[in-house]
Amino acid sequence: MEAGAQHEASHIVEDAAGEQVVTPWEVSAPEGGIDYDKLVDRFGCQRVDAALVDRISRVTLRPPHRFLRRGIFFAHRDFNKILDIYEAGEKFYLYTGRGPSSEALHLGHLIPFMFTNGSRSGFPSCTAACRSGRKDSEDGSQVLSGFAVVLTYLQDAFKVPLVIQLTDDEKFLWKNLTIVECKRLARENAKDIIACGFDIEKTFIFSDFNYIGGSFYENMVETSSRVRFNNLRGILGLSVEDHIGKIGFPPVQAVPSFASSFPHLFPGKDQLPCLIPCAIDQDPYFRMTRDVAPKIGFQKPSLIESRFFPALQGEGIKMSASDPSSAIYVTDSCKQIKEKVNKYAFSGGQDSIELHRELGANLDVDIPIKYLNFFLEDDDELEHIKTMYKEGRMLTGEVKHRLVEVLSEMVAAHQRARSRVTEEIVDAFMAARPFHSMFG
Amino acid sequence: MGYTKDQLLARLHELKIDFTCYDHPVVLTVEEQAKHVGHLGGALSKNLLLKDKKHRLYVVSALAGTKVDMKILSQCLGLGKSGLRMAPEENLLQVLQVPLGCVTPFALMNESASAVSLLLDQGFKSKQSCYFHPLTNDVTIALSSSNLDKFLVSVGKQPAYVDLEAAPAVGKDNPPDLAHLVPSDVPNSSEQPTENTAPATVPHQNNVPKETEVKAKPKVQSKDTGTSQSKVDKPYDTSVDKFVNDMFDIISPLFLSEASKKLDIKKEELSSLIDALKGRAAPDLESLVTGLKNASYTSGFHAGFDTMLNRGLNGQPSRN
Repeated sequence: MEAGAQHEASHIVEDAAGEQVVTPWEVSAPEGGIDYDKLVDRFGCQRVDAALVDRISRVTLRPPHRFLRRGIFFAHRDFNKILDIYEAGEKFYLYTGRGPSSEALHLGHLIPFMFTNGSRSGFPSCTAACRSGRKDSEDGSQVLSGFAVVLTYLQDAFKVPLVIQLTDDEKFLWKNLTIVECKRLARENAKDIIACGFDIEKTFIFSDFNYIGGSFYENMVETSSRVRFNNLRGILGLSVEDHIGKIGFPPVQAVPSFASSFPHLFPGKDQLPCLIPCAIDQDPYFRMTRDVAPKIGFQKPSLIESRFFPALQGEGIKMSASDPSSAIYVTDSCKQIKEKVNKYAFSGGQDSIELHRELGANLDVDIPIKYLNFFLEDDDELEHIKTMYKEGRMLTGEVKHRLVEVLSEMVAAHQRARSRVTEEIVDAFMAARPFHSMFG
Repeated sequence: MGYTKDQLLARLHELKIDFTCYDHPVVLTVEEQAKHVGHLGGALSKNLLLKDKKHRLYVVSALAGTKVDMKILSQCLGLGKSGLRMAPEENLLQVLQVPLGCVTPFALMNESASAVSLLLDQGFKSKQSCYFHPLTNDVTIALSSSNLDKFLVSVGKQPAYVDLEAAPAVGKDNPPDLAHLVPSDVPNSSEQPTENTAPATVPHQNNVPKETEVKAKPKVQSKDTGTSQSKVDKPYDTSVDKFVNDMFDIISPLFLSEASKKLDIKKEELSSLIDALKGRAAPDLESLVTGLKNASYTSGFHAGFDTMLNRGLNGQPSRN
């Protein structure tokens, strides 16, 4: 489920050459980066507007997560339905996943996890200190597709259970890795996920190789019987040249959206609705899932979708675990972070100080500003930096310096938290156990 | 409704019990009390409210100079070596219906305290007058132990005097000699309205230290399916946020009072410091607490799993 993972032979043919391509396996765009507006229109999602953010804040009785405030999670499908349900006193659960392709997790990876888990976001306790401008940003939830940040927030704000799927089978099917290696990576990634601070009492992490069977498999077979190969070609860009492992895979990622796939968690609650935070390139999978759901008699999952996290060298470059200059890894030292940011982070500043003071910086392409947008909690400070930088009163070096501070603290906190995750803790998170009081 | 000091004193008059009454500012400790009445020749008392593992309560009233060894006392009562601990504040307020720092044998006149056992220091018998609080901290009354007995009998309590400094070896041949003083019932504090007759704003003090025991009321969770045999109690609050907030609730007032004393800064100025501290420390603290929660849950999980493997369902104790 990893954003932008390369896929060899298939391309979505619907777009003419030179257009952007967004599938679960390929994300590319012509110069200027992804046109998100076009994407949302083409996919047919709804936009997250100020009214929705406001509603979320009212319903959860806490300030909205910065990813919502800053339009990072910018699109959705039926998120309003989730809020309706929640306000009516009904419950739902969260689902997200990760394709464990390598041990080198980078910051972009953690973003959804940060959103899903809340307490790590450090507010409201963070707010007072933030105003002083010296606040170290929240702790370890990072990388893992920014989803970690989102997920912890969502779990905490709504107090709902969460299932996290590690698609080790997908990685085997798409990458040149052995099953043993895929399973090992899954467990290693689980540690980083756990370090983001999920609630062990209501979080279930599972790897496909370990878990699939029983009701989960029944749902997979039901789903696959209702999706034509032609649909897959259109939605996911698969073709007759692909091996049947790939063609058979999509139901695996679809069925965690159905509560009945987890009989030990939600017995008797087949209709429990599901909310999926994900990057927008995963939308095709869940379009397929939403299509199938009513045919099997299940609820359509709701989605909340994020932009892509840019590579250090700029929006046009793909962030990759195998290219150290493209991303900050969760294993980087403070020194490495400083080097990477200073050396590789694409700057929107001018070439000389004089020019810079005259013309100011181009915030649309400036990577340090974009990163601060993701990771600097204090809205006021961010605005201040943006204004000063745009007007040329702040230099690239200063912006980078602040970014290095923020990232270093985040990565250090994540490493501290990860060091506390033992094999036994991973076992407990991954055990097919029930949750008691999961909605409290 | 708890009795008031005036009602108590009226009762003492009715019973024609001689006593002397001394007013003084509110005191919360024996030391403070001594400052006001210590020079008058009577015997100061220290009064403890104790609780055992089955939630039964005991008032232990001793001469201020008597050394009370909780372990030995616990054994003598037949409760094992560590069967006794200080009772939580709530018991003071609900069962004895006296404020903090005011445990006194006189509290046993309250209906709510009917199940509380009273142990009196043998040493009182040899004193001409003994000092106790008459249900309020700003008065001390002095009376002889025989007069105290008269009062206790009038409220249906048999006075029990005990050599609190004796340390007999309790064992097979030497059964616990105070076992008869263990109450047969748990005080039914929930039936009483929690109205205090004494001022409720008494600051927390150290006569009865705050008990941090979690009270688990066994209650089977409402079932939605017939899945498990699980005996799930009403869950404890395992919220990380709340725990960190509770920690700050403990630290903040202490810090404020210490710092404002030692540094001569106003408390209001210090509060913003505390807020800033809280903001900066909270994420790391939450991370630490989450780590502990994970480790604890995991430990329990594996223990449960092994119990099931080794003993099956019999591994869990029955509640009957």
